[in-house]
Amino acid sequence: MADHTRAESSAPTAEAPRPHRMRAVTQALDGCTAVFRHKLRAGELGSLPVILVLAVVWITFQSLNANFLSPRNLSNLSVDIVGTGLIAVGIVFVLLLGELDLSVGSISGLAAAVFAVLNVNQGVPEWLALIVAVLTGTLAGTIQGFSFARIRVPAFVVTLAGLLTWNGVMLAILGTSGTVNLDENGIVAKLTSYYFTNHAAAYGLAALGTGMVFVGSYLERRRRKGVGMPYRSLRGIAARTAVLAVITFAAAYVLNRFQGLPLALLIFLVVVAGLDIVLRRTHYGRQVYALGGGVEAARRASLSVLRVQTAVLAVSGTMAALGGLFLASRITSVSQGSGSGPLLVNAIAAAVIGGTSLFGGRGTTWSAVLGILVIQSIASGMALTDTPTAVQLVITGGVLFAAVVIDSLSRRSQEAHGRA
Amino acid sequence: MPAAPLLALHGVCKRFGVVDVLTDIELELHAGQVLALLGDNGAGKSTLVKVISGVAPADKGTIEWEGRPVHIRRPHDARSLGIATVYQDLALCGNLDVVGNLFLGREIRRFGFLDEVEMERRSRHLLEGLTRGIPDLRGPVVSLSSGQRQTVAIARSLLGEPRVLLLDEPTAALGIEQTTEVLDLVDRLRDRGLGVLLISHNLGDVKALADRAAVLRLGRNNGFFDVNTASQEQIISSITGATENVPRRMAHQEAGW
Repeated sequence: MADHTRAESSAPTAEAPRPHRMRAVTQALDGCTAVFRHKLRAGELGSLPVILVLAVVWITFQSLNANFLSPRNLSNLSVDIVGTGLIAVGIVFVLLLGELDLSVGSISGLAAAVFAVLNVNQGVPEWLALIVAVLTGTLAGTIQGFSFARIRVPAFVVTLAGLLTWNGVMLAILGTSGTVNLDENGIVAKLTSYYFTNHAAAYGLAALGTGMVFVGSYLERRRRKGVGMPYRSLRGIAARTAVLAVITFAAAYVLNRFQGLPLALLIFLVVVAGLDIVLRRTHYGRQVYALGGGVEAARRASLSVLRVQTAVLAVSGTMAALGGLFLASRITSVSQGSGSGPLLVNAIAAAVIGGTSLFGGRGTTWSAVLGILVIQSIASGMALTDTPTAVQLVITGGVLFAAVVIDSLSRRSQEAHGRA
Repeated sequence: MPAAPLLALHGVCKRFGVVDVLTDIELELHAGQVLALLGDNGAGKSTLVKVISGVAPADKGTIEWEGRPVHIRRPHDARSLGIATVYQDLALCGNLDVVGNLFLGREIRRFGFLDEVEMERRSRHLLEGLTRGIPDLRGPVVSLSSGQRQTVAIARSLLGEPRVLLLDEPTAALGIEQTTEVLDLVDRLRDRGLGVLLISHNLGDVKALADRAAVLRLGRNNGFFDVNTASQEQIISSITGATENVPRRMAHQEAGW
C-alpha cells in the first residue's frame, strides 16, 4: 500500500533524451539502486530480506540434495506449511497491535481435541463437529481478548494463562484414552490429502490470482486518472503482474508435476488473501493498524479500542483452531501432545521472519506465508539431508534473530528519517 | 443581549488520584474569537484541553454549549458537538500514512471497502488549502518533519467541519516560517467564525493573534485579560503568580485550619 504512489516518481525520466544505450542502462541501474537505498534508509524494505533468505535456503539445500526442489518435495512442503501457517496468520493480527498471543498452540490442540471427541467418540456429524471446533477457538480467543482489553494488561500475560488453561481443558476432554484416530476418509482427513489432479485447477488459480491483481491495479489507475491524481504507469502495472504471473504459473507447473493443486494450499491462499483485504481495505483493518501505531492516538480518534482488541484475539483464536485441524488432518490423529512442542514458537517466528514488526503496526498476512515457507523449508531440507534437529533449531533461531534485528533497525531508521 | 457563548465552563474540577489538577475553572469561548489559555508548566492547561475534548472528562462542574448544558464523557461526544482538538503530542499514528491519519475514525467507504482514491483526493485538496509544501501522502507519518506533522494534525481536526478548535501549543516545535503559516491559518479559521482556544507559551503569538487571554495558575483561574489593552507585564505577573488572587487563597487556607 505504501508504495502505491512511489512508482510514478521515476516515470518522468522516460522523456529524457537517450544518448547511448549503455548510458541508459547504467542510468536505470543507478535509479534502481537509488530507490533501493532510499527505501533502506527509510526502513521500508518490506519482504525483500525474507525473499533473499528463502532463496539462500533453497539454493543451499538444492546443492546439498538434488531432491529438495523436486516437485514431490515442494508439493509436500506446500501442504506442510498450511497448519502452522494459518496459526501464524492469526499471530500477524496480534503482532500488528504490538502484542503477543502465547495461547495459539494450546487452542489449536483444544480445537482438534474437540473435533476428535465429538466426531469419533460421540458420533456427531463431521461438519457440525468441525464448526464447533472452530467456534471453540473463536470463543477462547474472545474470552482472552476481552480480558486483555478490559484489564489493560499485556496480552502475553492473559494468553500465558490461556496457554495453561486451554491445554488443561484439552487434556480433560481427551480423557484417559490419550490418542484419538480420525476417520481416514472424512472431511478433516481430506483437508490435507485431497489434490485437484486436473491440471486446469492449479493453472486456473494462478491465472485467476494474477488476473485479479491486474484488473484491480488497472481499475485503480483508471479511477485515479479520472479524478486527476497521480497514477501508476501501465508499464509498471504490467511488470508487477508479469513477475506475479511467472511465480504463480511456475508454482502451478511444479504442483501439477506431482499430484496437482493441494486443497490445503488453496484454502490457505484464499484465507490469507481474504484476510489481507480485510486488513488493508476495510475500516476494521485500518483500526487494527492504528492501534498498533499508538493506542492513545487511536483512542483520541474515538476508535473503540476494546472492541478491536477483543476482535483481534478472537481472530487469532479462530485461526489457531483452523490451523490445529489442519495439523490433526496431516497425521489423522489427535493426541495429548497436539498443539505442544515447537508449534507456538514456529508460528510466532514465521510471522516475524516474514517481516511483521514486533513493535506493532507494520506487516501483512502474506508475511506469515513467506515466514512459514522459510521455517518449513529449513525443516524439510534438514530432514532430507539427515541433519540432526539440534542444527535445525540453531539455524531457525539464527534466521529469527536476524529478522528481529532487521525489524528493529528499520524501525529506528524510519524514525530517524523524520528528523532529517 | 449578547449571544450565548459557543462554549462555557463553570466550576469545572478534575482530580488525578489525590492531586487536584483543576479547581473551579470558569471559561467562555465565543464564535469568531481566539481565546488564549496561558499558564506556567503544570498549571493545568493540557488537562483542561483533555476535559473539553472528552479524553479526561471533568469530575465536577458544568459545560455549556450555546447556552445549554451538555455532557462530554468521551472524545466522540466532543466531536459530535463540533469540538476538534490538536494535541501537543499530536496524537498521530506514526505507522499510518498521511491519508490514513487524516481520515482515521471516519474513513470514506465505497462498496464497504476503504475508498483510498477519494480519501487521497480530499486530503490533497485539504492540504493544498493549508500549506505550500504538501508532504508525501503515502509515506508513514513517522517519516515526516515536525512541521509537516503539525500541518497534518491541524488538517485532520478541520475535516469534521468543527465550530470550536482546541490548539495545544501548535507552534512549539515549529520554525519561524512554519509558525507564521500556522498563525495565518488560525486567523483565517477565526474569520470563518470558529471559536479557537489557543494554548501557547509564546506571548508574542498570543499578542499577535488572540482576542482575549485566560490565565491558569496551579489549576485555578488567575485572571482574564483583553489582549489588546492589557500589558505584557500584567499578563506575565499573572502567569508567574506575582498577582496571585491572594484573599481568596488565604480564605481557602484558613478554612482548612
